[in-house]
Amino acid sequence: MSPVLIGACLVLLGAAGVAFVRRRRLLCGALVLLVLAVAVTRGFGLPPDLAGLAIAAALLAVAAALSAGLKWSIVRFSGPAVAREFRTAPLTASFGILVILLYSTAALFAPWIAPHGEAEVISSSFAPPSSSLLLGADQLGRDIFSRIIYGARNSVGLALAATLLAFLLGAVSGLLAAIKGGIADQVLGRIADILMSVPALIFALLMLSIFGTGLLVIVLVIAVIYAPRVFRLTRAVAGNVVVMDYVEAARLRGEGDWYLIRREILPNAAAPLVAEFGLEFCFVFLLIAGLSFLGLGVQPPTADWGSMVRENATLISFGDMTPLIPAGAIALLTVSVNFVVDWMLLRSSGLKE
Amino acid sequence: MSSAQARDVLLEIRDLRIDGRTNEEWVPIIKGVDLTLHRGEVLGLIGESGAGKSTIGAAAMGYARDGTRISGGSVTFDGRDLVTASEAQRRALRGARIAYVAQSAAASFNPAHRIIDQHVEAPVHHRLRSKAEAREDAMALYERLRLPNPDEIGFRYPHQVSGGQLQRAMTAMAMSCRPDLIIFDEPTTALDVTTQIEVLAAIRDIVAEVGTAAIYISHDLAVVAQMADTIKVLLRGEGVEEAETRRMLSHPQEEYTRSLWAVRSFERPQKRRPAGGAAPLVEIAGVDAAYASGGKVLDDVSFEIHPGMTLAVVGESGSGKSTAARVITGLLPPARGEVRLKGSPLPPHFRDRSRAELRQVQMIYQMADTALNPKLRIRDIVGRPAQFYGGLSGKELRRRVEELLELIELDPADYMTRRPPELSGGQKQRIGIARALAADPEVIICDEVTSALDQLVAEGILKLLGRLQDELDLAYMFITHDLATVRAIADEVVVMRDGRVVEQGPKDEMFAPPHHPYTDLLLSSVPEMDPDWLSRLLEERGRDNIGEAARDGSGGH
Amino acid sequence: MNAIATVIAKRLGLGLLTLFIVSILIFFAVELLPGDMAEAVLGMGATEETTAALRERMGLDQPAPMRYLDWLGGAVRGDFGVSLVSGASVGEAIGQRLLNTLFLASYAAVIAVPFAIALGVVVALLRDTLFDRLANVLTLTSISSPEFFLGYILILYLSVRTGFFPAISSLTAGMGLGELLYRTFLPALTLVLVVTAHMMRMTRAAIINLLAEPYIEMARLKGAPPWKVIVHHALPNAWAPIINVVALNLAYLITGVVLVEVVFVYPGIGQLLVDAVAKRDFPIVQACCLIFAATFILLNLAADLGAILTNPRLRHPK
Repeated sequence: MSPVLIGACLVLLGAAGVAFVRRRRLLCGALVLLVLAVAVTRGFGLPPDLAGLAIAAALLAVAAALSAGLKWSIVRFSGPAVAREFRTAPLTASFGILVILLYSTAALFAPWIAPHGEAEVISSSFAPPSSSLLLGADQLGRDIFSRIIYGARNSVGLALAATLLAFLLGAVSGLLAAIKGGIADQVLGRIADILMSVPALIFALLMLSIFGTGLLVIVLVIAVIYAPRVFRLTRAVAGNVVVMDYVEAARLRGEGDWYLIRREILPNAAAPLVAEFGLEFCFVFLLIAGLSFLGLGVQPPTADWGSMVRENATLISFGDMTPLIPAGAIALLTVSVNFVVDWMLLRSSGLKE
Repeated sequence: MSSAQARDVLLEIRDLRIDGRTNEEWVPIIKGVDLTLHRGEVLGLIGESGAGKSTIGAAAMGYARDGTRISGGSVTFDGRDLVTASEAQRRALRGARIAYVAQSAAASFNPAHRIIDQHVEAPVHHRLRSKAEAREDAMALYERLRLPNPDEIGFRYPHQVSGGQLQRAMTAMAMSCRPDLIIFDEPTTALDVTTQIEVLAAIRDIVAEVGTAAIYISHDLAVVAQMADTIKVLLRGEGVEEAETRRMLSHPQEEYTRSLWAVRSFERPQKRRPAGGAAPLVEIAGVDAAYASGGKVLDDVSFEIHPGMTLAVVGESGSGKSTAARVITGLLPPARGEVRLKGSPLPPHFRDRSRAELRQVQMIYQMADTALNPKLRIRDIVGRPAQFYGGLSGKELRRRVEELLELIELDPADYMTRRPPELSGGQKQRIGIARALAADPEVIICDEVTSALDQLVAEGILKLLGRLQDELDLAYMFITHDLATVRAIADEVVVMRDGRVVEQGPKDEMFAPPHHPYTDLLLSSVPEMDPDWLSRLLEERGRDNIGEAARDGSGGH
Repeated sequence: MNAIATVIAKRLGLGLLTLFIVSILIFFAVELLPGDMAEAVLGMGATEETTAALRERMGLDQPAPMRYLDWLGGAVRGDFGVSLVSGASVGEAIGQRLLNTLFLASYAAVIAVPFAIALGVVVALLRDTLFDRLANVLTLTSISSPEFFLGYILILYLSVRTGFFPAISSLTAGMGLGELLYRTFLPALTLVLVVTAHMMRMTRAAIINLLAEPYIEMARLKGAPPWKVIVHHALPNAWAPIINVVALNLAYLITGVVLVEVVFVYPGIGQLLVDAVAKRDFPIVQACCLIFAATFILLNLAADLGAILTNPRLRHPK
């Protein structure tokens, strides 16, 4: 058995032990069975499909165990306020946080983690995995694993920049529309309606066909496309706060707009806005990935997950999973962000009751 | 009633315990309540908010709302324990043998279905009547409940029918299977007084005619006194005492019950305008106002607020009393007429008013929950006006906030750093008062400030406002629908209806005849603590001269 | 009925106005090109004369508003001008491909919509059970996955490794319906996976949002069993948000189709658009964008009308 598999089995056994101590007998039993299944299928060379299934289940269990461990350590080692929030967090949320942490690490420390350079050609094209090429090589002979690590930096960074800009535009105009009301509100609302009546991907394609596919163009175009969505939500959330008597009281006192936004509205609109940020990030991230996949987003030789799927797409007809790896990296991040957002939305809606 | 003891026991609740879920923990909210109800008997359940009366009402149907659970005791209905019964058994009883009438009929009728279709649902589902029979019966019930057009009204959708009528239609729906027991959960609390009276009369008559047993839940003692044979008083999930209605009213045993009864007798001495016609502080003169969306909401309204005095503005919902306040504060500029402060006209829109002008008129709101920013500390909420108008900062500001908190009888050391969600309703309302005082105003507009509070807490707020008026020489404009509040604290009264001033004058004159017919209707519709009040009133006025019919006749237009 | 007619008329007017403004937006976006269309087509190396000749041939010497009216007038009749690359009529290039795309989208919609709503109701009924939690995780995963991820997984497992379905949707004229459905099954399934999850979650949320309403408690206290509470009392009031999310997802199908068409090499309008964008063939880009935007706007319009028509307050005014 490979050392990775043995490590995973050890983690699982540890989790089983914890489950036993915490009197979760069913969980403990399931974990032990899983370890046995992995050991048996691997050790005795059972059919590969069965082994694959067992390994997939084991991976899932390892992820669950690690997330549970993360949750426990957050509850244990943080302040009482944070601990109270996390005690009730579902496992999916801590899994999401775990993945986001992993991705952030990869993005921040890419040059130190990646064994090879981003665009470095080190072997023949489509070389199979080996000890120096963890996931094999791509169509030009570059290390796929290294490109995935660098991709975290490029793909996520680009999406983050675009989302931030969209948020800045949308949230500021949404807050202003909510407190100003009247014509400014109407005009901004209509503009948002118009911009939103063209589907995002189509709008992006139109703009990119005109302005070309530079990174700056992508960020600007996506910010313009998503700002109206942020505007709508901010307008709605702030609209609910603006009608509160405490805002009326502050207005009747003679307070200015900036005070109203800063002290009265933002603190009460922050939770849904943060959740919305996560949600918008997912949309933007998927849109950029889609554009890159179509060859209209991030251009080579920059390592980007969407482009990597496109570059290696032909392998799929030979039954090779390589193109699924960058695609899976995209899916895993959006799933994780969605898990966290889902929990945050649940929490903020639960608090209202 | 005297024979009630001899009759069969219908419902017996023993040592009922119910938990509620707060912050992921189960906390007991009903702590061992006993209750016995005989066939045909009406039991009044009385208590303040948080007493658990509504929870007990639901438990009498074997029902625990989301976020609650029955953790112990028994609820025996006609020989069967509903706590241990299966869900299917409980469902078979609900609607068929135990029915429920909720507080808000408008929210409790499904907006997607016609009234009569919702009415026939239970009898058809429980296979007690065919659809056609159930419809016939519905119309008959509508007629007995004195609903207009009984053959037709059921075919409307809930939003097409007025609140008072819907409440009676819901009573009819509860009657649809001729249940042994009906739970009335504050059925008239959301209604205006003049509407409440006809719903009360209708409910009382049909319950007596059909001989149904009922649990009548209310926070309003005078209402329960009209409806119940027996009254049970609850406090924080525990029974305080129980007795036959008349004995309960005349000889309450427990301290808590006596304090509830005593609330109604609080009254401040009435002040009069100084002789020689002193200048009013705030004057609203010939004001018309309209919202952008709809028609006129104020029509030629004029009244004055005098220094150091309390003006009560009384009216039912839609009378324009809150709109008048919005005109004074400048939230709604008038279409005609003007508002004067100390003789000089105020700019119509608050944005055009100076800080000095804004400072002198402050507001206290009805819902303390929405009046205080939940994310700010008390220190900042109360301190901000002092900082904004008075330019105070640092130690001075802190001292001022402490002083204000002491004025409203909250310990500064304890409350400075808390946030509104950590306070009770009464405490929040006090913070609202402190924030208004922090501006050092001349007049405070109090918009229904006690209507969301329990009676004892409300009385505390009224007494506090009275004391502050004496100490700080404040004028109040007190907007309310509750005539008991008016009686307690007003010096002068304005009665409003449909955007007009119907009558105004000093309190003692307003409460003594002769009245304007509408004032008379309002005054006579307020329930009194006398169990015979409703019967006597119906005899005096006649059945067709109460509620909507009477109101339409008394307006003079 | 008068009130509802006014509301509908207003909404229709607004929809048309939006469509008009969007057409302006699409047409004049191209005007933002550095230089103009002729220079963009010919590139840097072109001489003055050739550029001028092309300008005249494309009618670029006319003022922009005139050209817009010409274009819009043609678009209404299905005439979108000629392709800059091939010189063929854009309308003809789009025709059959548009039908193919609509076929694929409706194929997916017919499966996804009823399936998603039924499943959403079931999950609402079984809320807070293990099944509900599992559905939550699975649907979130499905929503979060890019279409090409799902598409390639399906190709890998249902086509390459097992050979159940073809990986490439080659359509030929005169194919029977059965054959057509079989060949396009994988792209349709990909789309179904993406939109079902979203619609199902929203249906569940719309229903569960209503469960705190007093009339739901009233229904329970009348002895109605759980399924009846959901189906008879909650669902009729949840139609407006459900219709909205269905329309949103149908609109999404139309755009999601672009990526799926590329994955499965499906001869639809999406692929045409992507090619045209890469080749900067503006008449085709404009035509495709207008068609997509119009479908999107019309679906939103339909959703709003549906929401209006299912609102008892509007249907039965006082």
